[in-house]
Amino acid sequence: MIKRLRKHVLVSLLVSFSVMAQAGNVNIKLAFLTEKLATPPALSNLDPVLTDEGIQGVVLGIKDNNTTGKFTGHTFHLKHMDVPVGGNVLQSFQKLVADGYEYIITDVQSATLKTLSTSPSAKAALLFNVSASHNVLRNKNCSANTFHLIPSDAMKADALAQFMLKKRWNKWFLVKGTDVDDMRFAKALKRSAKRFGVKIVEEKEWKFDHDARRTAQADIPVFTQGSDYDVLVVADVKGLFGEYLAMNTWLPRPIIGTQGLVPRAWHRTHERWGAVQMQNRFYEQAGRWMNDVDYASWLAVRAVGEAVTRANSVEVADIKSFMLSDEFSLAGFKGVKLTFRHWNQQLRQPVLLATARSIVSVMPHKEFLHPRTYLDTLGYDSPESTCEF
Amino acid sequence: MNKLYLTLFLFVCSPFVVADTLYITLEKDNALAVVDGETGKLLKTVPLGQRPRGVALSKDQTLLYVAASDDDTIQILDIKTLKVIGELPSGEDPELFKIHPNGRLLYVSNEDDNIVTVIDLQKKTALAEIAVGVEPEGIAISRDGKWVVNTSETTNMVHWIDPMDQQIKENTLVDPRPRAAEFSVNNEWLFVTSEIAGSLSRLDVATKKITGKLHFKIPGVDKELIQPVGVLAHPNNTLLFVALGPANRVAVVDIQSMEVTKYLLVGQRVWNLAFSPDLKRLYTTNGVSNDISIIDVDDLKVTKSIRVGHYPWGIAVK
Repeated sequence: MIKRLRKHVLVSLLVSFSVMAQAGNVNIKLAFLTEKLATPPALSNLDPVLTDEGIQGVVLGIKDNNTTGKFTGHTFHLKHMDVPVGGNVLQSFQKLVADGYEYIITDVQSATLKTLSTSPSAKAALLFNVSASHNVLRNKNCSANTFHLIPSDAMKADALAQFMLKKRWNKWFLVKGTDVDDMRFAKALKRSAKRFGVKIVEEKEWKFDHDARRTAQADIPVFTQGSDYDVLVVADVKGLFGEYLAMNTWLPRPIIGTQGLVPRAWHRTHERWGAVQMQNRFYEQAGRWMNDVDYASWLAVRAVGEAVTRANSVEVADIKSFMLSDEFSLAGFKGVKLTFRHWNQQLRQPVLLATARSIVSVMPHKEFLHPRTYLDTLGYDSPESTCEF
Repeated sequence: MNKLYLTLFLFVCSPFVVADTLYITLEKDNALAVVDGETGKLLKTVPLGQRPRGVALSKDQTLLYVAASDDDTIQILDIKTLKVIGELPSGEDPELFKIHPNGRLLYVSNEDDNIVTVIDLQKKTALAEIAVGVEPEGIAISRDGKWVVNTSETTNMVHWIDPMDQQIKENTLVDPRPRAAEFSVNNEWLFVTSEIAGSLSRLDVATKKITGKLHFKIPGVDKELIQPVGVLAHPNNTLLFVALGPANRVAVVDIQSMEVTKYLLVGQRVWNLAFSPDLKRLYTTNGVSNDISIIDVDDLKVTKSIRVGHYPWGIAVK
């Protein structure tokens, strides 16, 4: 009975949509470009390697946009392009642009993004960075055609620093790996420490001279001896040793950074501000929980969708100027509207601080004051930015 | 003699004493708080299904309907015994619902399915499912019964449903994350709150277009914290009350000029609103501070706050 009714209602709705659609059915072509990377060595086989990171967020975003589009006469089309490890990303990008894709969501490395955004074919396109958190992309290597949906390293490090400041954990023991990513995140942490007047009393590099799996209990207590400190701050981006620090430090101290209490754009335990709906919808579609790249990808699609609906245009120039205008705001289940910083086109957003099974805090806290918005206490502010468009 | 005094006493007092009872859903306690509106006393707490949110009385005020969101049902309670006597096929994750002035149709939004379900209260069956935008939330029904509107939080639209054939006739784009909606008593206007934009829009019912907009601004309160949610129109058609969520205030808005005349400080994360039947008092549910606030409507002053349980969400007044 209900099923039949539903069908009936849906059919009649479709009829009325088609009337609208005839009045102005507009197609918008969106592409998702992934640069595949070699899988890093795993600490354990606990977490499955994701092969659908980002794309699941894009697919959900397209569904959401098209539900809205039924009422506004907009249809979003998606093309997913995977570039295999070592493949030519620029070539794929050029092909997408040549095929008329003007909105390209990029899940590529920092250096690749720079190449793409400065290439001649990028002139006709808008790029949406959903995975590279490098500060340099928001500063020296910024590009007027690129928006950043994923929080920068600086935003994440500032979120951690603000939290620690509030907890009065003012003496940090910094542990970093030897990888370039670790160096990069450690640098962001040091910038935040300086910014918030926190002292790094000890800094050590984990050199991997031991098999951490067997000897964590023996090695880490020795490794963490030294000055007294309030909190152990870790920079191990790939997760190669950081998980073994907890409960093994010489002094009983909390762990924070890339392991322990971690900064995230999204987390499976996030439930506030309607986030439960998002978690459910995503899980139902993907069969797994949403992560940062999925969330950033969903936001990218929604940002374009919002701009298309509000600006009532599909022209790249109109969409870009609308996204940077005061009228633009994105709802991202974080209790505040999300907007773009005009000085580097980074999306302003709260950063979640989470442990494995709970959200500990959502940063920034409103006590961190800023003349514009307290969200701008995270990451590079306009006077600090070296980005020039 | 005593009897005479008593009669006299009752005679003198009766026009002034209008006892009202508040029914408040406690989202985290899975319970219903029953409060005396006059004295502000918590009378009792009654167990409900999981995550109770929306609540409303039947037209004849003999039944209470409660959306038990995590049980995917609307529970029916006998108002006298406060026992669950039945259920309605609400669809998944029911949150907000409203009953049509005809007393027979109930409209509920199913957030996860992008659907509004129409329930026949007499037959206790689902009459129709209406496909709407992403994350349907608020429902409002005009007092003349001609329009049912639904807001969709991610699509950012107001969908105008005709209750005659349960079909969407028009859609109006509004500010981001529209939450609650309320018709003016003369059915001329529709008011819609937008949580993320921090705004209140006034739509003309005849044209379905936005004719007025108000952005709330409170000195000393960060604009990000001003998140309008519940909205309630005073029958005098001059005042509108808007709950501002984590700004912990209720705004008093002049309907004509669309300007705020006063901000009233209430409990934390104020969400839903209801009047006492005599319109002397306005009640607010404050989710984070676990209490309700009572506002004197004539003086526009907050007179009391009462602890009721964890996460008070919806409120119905008899």
